[in-house]
Amino acid sequence: MKTMELRLTVNGNPQVWDIAPGDLLLDVLRREGYFGVKRGCETGECGACTVLVDGKAINSCLMFAAQAEGREVVTIEGIAQDGRLDPLQEAFLDHGAVQCGFCTGGMIVGAKALLDRHPHPTEDQVREALSGHLCRCTGYKKPVEAVLAAAGRKEAAR
Amino acid sequence: MNTRTVVGQNLRKVDGNKLVTGGAAFTDDIHIPGMLYGKILPSPYAHARIRRIDTTKARALQGVHAVLTYRDVPRVPHTTAGQAWPEPSPYDTYLLDSKVRFVGDRVAAVAAETRAIAERAIKLIEVDYEVLPAVLDIEQAMAPGAPVIHDEPDSTRIFDRERNIAGYILREIGSVDKGFREADCIIEREFRTHRQQHAMLEPHVTICWIDPDGRLVIRSSTQVPYHCRRQVAMILQLPVSRVHVIKPRIGGGFGGKQEMLLEDICGALTLAARRPVKIEYTREEEFYMARSRHPQVLRMKIGAKRDGTIVASQLTVLATTGAYGSHSTTVQGNTGSKVLPLYRTGNMRFECHVVYTNAPVAGAFRGYGCPQGFFAQETLVDEIAAELGIDPLEFHRRNVIRLGDIDRLSAQLGEGKEGLPRVIRSCGLPECMERAAKAIGWSQKRAVSRNGHSARPRGVGMACTMQGSGIAGVDWASAFLKMNEDGSFYLQVGASDVGAGADTVLSQIAAQTLGVTLDKIVITSGDTDITPFDVGAYASSTTIISGGAVKKAAEKVRAQVLQLAAKLLDVAVENLDCGNNEIFSLTEPRRSVAISDLAMHAMYKEKVQIMDGASHFNTDSPPPFCATFAEVEVDTETGQVDVLHLATAVDPGTAINPMQAEGQVEGAVTQGLGYALTEELVLDSEGRPVNPNFLDYKIFSAKDMPKLTTILVQTDEPLGPFGAKSISEVPINGPAPAIANAIFHAVGVRIRKLPIRPEEVLRELRSADAQQAEEVLAR
Repeated sequence: MKTMELRLTVNGNPQVWDIAPGDLLLDVLRREGYFGVKRGCETGECGACTVLVDGKAINSCLMFAAQAEGREVVTIEGIAQDGRLDPLQEAFLDHGAVQCGFCTGGMIVGAKALLDRHPHPTEDQVREALSGHLCRCTGYKKPVEAVLAAAGRKEAAR
Repeated sequence: MNTRTVVGQNLRKVDGNKLVTGGAAFTDDIHIPGMLYGKILPSPYAHARIRRIDTTKARALQGVHAVLTYRDVPRVPHTTAGQAWPEPSPYDTYLLDSKVRFVGDRVAAVAAETRAIAERAIKLIEVDYEVLPAVLDIEQAMAPGAPVIHDEPDSTRIFDRERNIAGYILREIGSVDKGFREADCIIEREFRTHRQQHAMLEPHVTICWIDPDGRLVIRSSTQVPYHCRRQVAMILQLPVSRVHVIKPRIGGGFGGKQEMLLEDICGALTLAARRPVKIEYTREEEFYMARSRHPQVLRMKIGAKRDGTIVASQLTVLATTGAYGSHSTTVQGNTGSKVLPLYRTGNMRFECHVVYTNAPVAGAFRGYGCPQGFFAQETLVDEIAAELGIDPLEFHRRNVIRLGDIDRLSAQLGEGKEGLPRVIRSCGLPECMERAAKAIGWSQKRAVSRNGHSARPRGVGMACTMQGSGIAGVDWASAFLKMNEDGSFYLQVGASDVGAGADTVLSQIAAQTLGVTLDKIVITSGDTDITPFDVGAYASSTTIISGGAVKKAAEKVRAQVLQLAAKLLDVAVENLDCGNNEIFSLTEPRRSVAISDLAMHAMYKEKVQIMDGASHFNTDSPPPFCATFAEVEVDTETGQVDVLHLATAVDPGTAINPMQAEGQVEGAVTQGLGYALTEELVLDSEGRPVNPNFLDYKIFSAKDMPKLTTILVQTDEPLGPFGAKSISEVPINGPAPAIANAIFHAVGVRIRKLPIRPEEVLRELRSADAQQAEEVLAR
């Protein structure tokens, strides 16, 4: 397989990786040890592989790794700063929003993208942002509450 | 006794941190040098014999290290159902066979250096199929002349292979004939349910390797590590001692992983290639090559007196298990034993045929036969209540099982054999009904007669359901605890946390019993080399059965701790208690020792390892109870049903962690909602899946969800640790009948087929309109 060089930043660290032109960003990230990026469907339907690319939440299974050239990628492993959990992560734990945890990483990354854009979202905005993240365990109520709580809102979700 | 500072508290999950930070916790989160990629060649036909299979080209492909067909592996009849030995499911499955019985059945398997090579290799396998007539229709399977799906002579425990009957059940208590003679109102209806998929976010995945001692290691996303070890050992003809099963974190199971599904073939490829091998289902494969909920045709008849007292109920079920009989009689047995006894009548009859068809295989799925049965029963009861002019809530109040009742049908219908009677020792059902009714606004909303004049009328409906807590006399578990010198404890359990929070709940039970904070418990679960036996995560058993084992083990260890503290503090042991990481005298509060100091003393002065283990089982299966209330809005132009609100009240006994218990309810309700409205794996006329992806198989997203109200009605169950029963399954049963009943309240039509699609609702609405028009004309 012909290889090419990919230069990008992952969770703030510059990386140079050998990839094949057809490699998906999902596969390359997992190959490099970013196991928090999950393979749930490989067709962009479940959201478990969500990462931030230049601040935007994208399904890494739908993006060629080569397209990340020169970009800043943030995975779930990069959400906590200096060993301190992000308020979203704290809220997911406090609100019982984590069950099996397989969709959790992608969901937190997706919520992070929302809160970066809208620090005080409405419940409908949260639900819209999470609608690309399928979860089979929670029924979404507690994840929605967690995102609202991380944004400083205390009320229960519907 | 110390007050409960750990049990009953909304504590964070003990494994939560690694999950919110993307820690490498799941089966596939590991790199093993030299690992190969396994791939299964699925059958393109629903029923065929392999005349000739040529693997020459596949074997010649560079990077291919093993190719297996039925000629290369031992032929050992078995069941893939992860059940306690001897499994009550037929032994009708083979690692690989010369016959295929559904689209997706295994034809061959390869292991290659990359996924791409493996995918290319299976395409190079040349197969000459003798295509056989297939039977896909559940009602045709037993017909004379139907193709015989299991004509192989070596399968065992099949009820009647010539007629494709995997299993048959007939049980009666009292006399339904006598009961129906006493009835003033008898209604009999037919209901149909469909094929729902588990759709857990992590597909099935297994990695196998041979360790330096030559033992086969299986790292797998399984709910049943111990059953898996036993089954794989039997199929690959290895001693159990040469197999080591590791269950890492599981990305959801819901029964789909109560199945030995990939472990045998992955192990066989590993032994053949002498290299580590991984097999992971793609999402598409997960939809049709894994398991599903058994479709059923249910004919139910209930008789009641004018005052609403139910005097007899009879349920006749025709179910299909697909091509293999995994969980066939046990799931269907539940459809009778956990559903009919909700009502107090002494006259009940349950009959069921479970048939093979050339369809994807059904198996265990949260609810385990109950969602089908309760859909029929609770929809029919709503109809009887309407017929008698009794409010459904009042009808339920008069008829449901009560504290002190004995359910005798369960005594007749155990796990594939005679069971044990169920005594109701805790029952919060009356309160569940009242509180959920209040949450939905029942009395106000039922008082409004159908607002059928609106284009989008609304209605409310209800259902009551129950389940079990472990399989009586079958499920058992064990736990082991040892103390470390800092006063922390290692807790080792065979239980398998599937994501429902068992590791946390079991740790809470241990911490509470030992009088320590939760951070003092370090848990390891589901590793057959390290942890003691547990049947696994199924049948709503973990909290009550595994929790019971943990409590017993912790009590033994606590006794050792107190004994040593008595000596150290010079206080009589009966005057000692522990709590908040201390052991203290009840009579002289100044006399106390920190658990960490005691631990240091035990290890380096006394030179004893404080440790103990225990096993646990129950001879009864206390039911958790649930009341589900739904409010819907029906678009009479399109048939679209919007669920506005689902209020669910559950009696789980004591909730060890109420926040987690609520999460179980909300997740189950959401799956029940999908079962009711949208989720169905559709097959075409050749048995091929039409919608094996998340776009065409619709599970609810955050945006689609109705308002959810969750109410825990806690009771104290004498057979459970700290009074706990179970919670994770029961709430899935209620949404379908509650929604169907709400639709009736809204628009006056009865829906008896799942899922409730707009076109079905519209058809019913139009036929009701046509009937009305005829009646008007006739006048």
